[in-house]
Amino acid sequence: MTGFRTLLYKELLRFWKVAFQTIGAPILTALLYLLVFSHVLEDRVQVYPGVPYTAFLIPGLAMMSLLQNAFANSSSSLIQSKITGNIIFILLPPLSHGEFYWAYVVAAVVRGLAVGFGVYCINFVTVALPVLHPLWALAFALFGGAILGSMGLIAGIWAEKFDQLAGFQNFVIVPLTFLSGVFYSIHSLPPFWQAVSHLNPFFYMIDGFRFGFFGESDVAPVVSLGVVVACFAALSLVALQMIRSGYKLRH
Amino acid sequence: MKLAIEVRGVTKRFGTLQALDRVDLAIAEGEFFALLGPNGAGKTTLISILAGLSRADDGEARVMGYDVTVDYREARRSLGVVPQELVFDPFFTVRETLRIQSGYFGLRRNDAWIDEIIDNLDLGAKADTNMRSLSGGMKRRVLVAQALVHRPPVIILDEPTAGVDVELRQGLWDFVRRLNRDGHTIVLTTHYLQEAETLCNRVAMLKQGRVVALDTTRNLLAGVSGTHLRLRLSPDRLPHALLPMLVRQDGAEWVLAIHRHAQITEVLLALRDDGIEVVELQLQQPDLEEAFVSIVGGG
Repeated sequence: MTGFRTLLYKELLRFWKVAFQTIGAPILTALLYLLVFSHVLEDRVQVYPGVPYTAFLIPGLAMMSLLQNAFANSSSSLIQSKITGNIIFILLPPLSHGEFYWAYVVAAVVRGLAVGFGVYCINFVTVALPVLHPLWALAFALFGGAILGSMGLIAGIWAEKFDQLAGFQNFVIVPLTFLSGVFYSIHSLPPFWQAVSHLNPFFYMIDGFRFGFFGESDVAPVVSLGVVVACFAALSLVALQMIRSGYKLRH
Repeated sequence: MKLAIEVRGVTKRFGTLQALDRVDLAIAEGEFFALLGPNGAGKTTLISILAGLSRADDGEARVMGYDVTVDYREARRSLGVVPQELVFDPFFTVRETLRIQSGYFGLRRNDAWIDEIIDNLDLGAKADTNMRSLSGGMKRRVLVAQALVHRPPVIILDEPTAGVDVELRQGLWDFVRRLNRDGHTIVLTTHYLQEAETLCNRVAMLKQGRVVALDTTRNLLAGVSGTHLRLRLSPDRLPHALLPMLVRQDGAEWVLAIHRHAQITEVLLALRDDGIEVVELQLQQPDLEEAFVSIVGGG
């Protein structure tokens, strides 16, 4: 356990020491999105009856920031360690595969939660946001963060260069999070794009998370949670297998 | 006799390059052992396999009796490695780095030992400095400290004194010698063969992934053909009579092997008879470098 705790502590300290960039900057970005979109759309769009657009937007933005930052944390830590060579300090000690995996994923979840919570706090100065089912919201935040933390771990192990990682982030993670219903309800889409959205696992994370606030969602939260848990299980198996086999870590 | 390191039939290939070719090696507990060889001989690959950073294609490797893949946790606990490359984590100070490394090995409350290492490696003044701000030599000391933080019974130092000033080199070797006296097994690779000669009791030489010599330092030195007589001559040529004694030509120097000191007179007479003047003369005892060159063939 000490090994896990230490690696977790090191991962937390790593982003905490540059918190301005790792927590402050993404909260500011989300705030900018919120200001622009709510200014343009506040009077034109109402997704759920009685819920102002700004209120609708905040949980989606919080979750999007949480997911993107969870991914960024584990992936950037690993690629930096690999490129600078200091990954050796983690490969030489007797850390178990599980300790390695969980330390990176938990740190990613913590950073995701810190950013997500920061974005959520915007509501205190903008618009009243209900939280009808906090446990649902928390469950989706935790599993969403863990999924993206695992994806970051997989991408960080797989990538050999910063551009490969940036490619993964810009061409996979960002589009999937953007097109997951953060800014709209998928019911407003034509049937074809609705069907496509159902193939995007990020849609279930955002939709389930939003259910925690408004008690309304596009898909039943139980179904979303099922999809999210299944995704997490599959990704952790892949990540653990990569660590166990030493893929791109131990040559 | 318990073995600290045991390598049997270890083979490793990178693409078409045969990095290690059925290497066998046994290092007993408490030895001070040198692993020598030209660049690309496979030393670092062998160390990587022992440390679990690389996986052998074939064969088995054990540290303190633990298989490096099956009992990887025990094997890694028994081993401290000072890597060749100067790597560091730029987010942390020296003390943070050592505490974290200690924690990875499952050790909490290890501060007394960490302080002792910091003292012994003269890192005290820099203990709370960020790794980024340290000089190359200081970073190297931290790497040594990191390898020792869990008091491993076996310590491998891969070129630990490359680019390090004389003072640190001396301090480092005093410390490592003490660790060896306390029972730690030390394995060393170095380009400074004199270090290996003074420190190590046994030497293995690797060439193209194979062990080409494995013996005590004393036996290897005894195997080198006698004393060497180094001569600079004017005109720069060697009389025919002396050709059988010629070992090699080092630039403008002729290196002759002599087995009795009386031979020096014979050499000087032969030179005088041929009208050749001795510009410089040097008598050289055999050293590990000679043994290395004659076994590994330069490179």
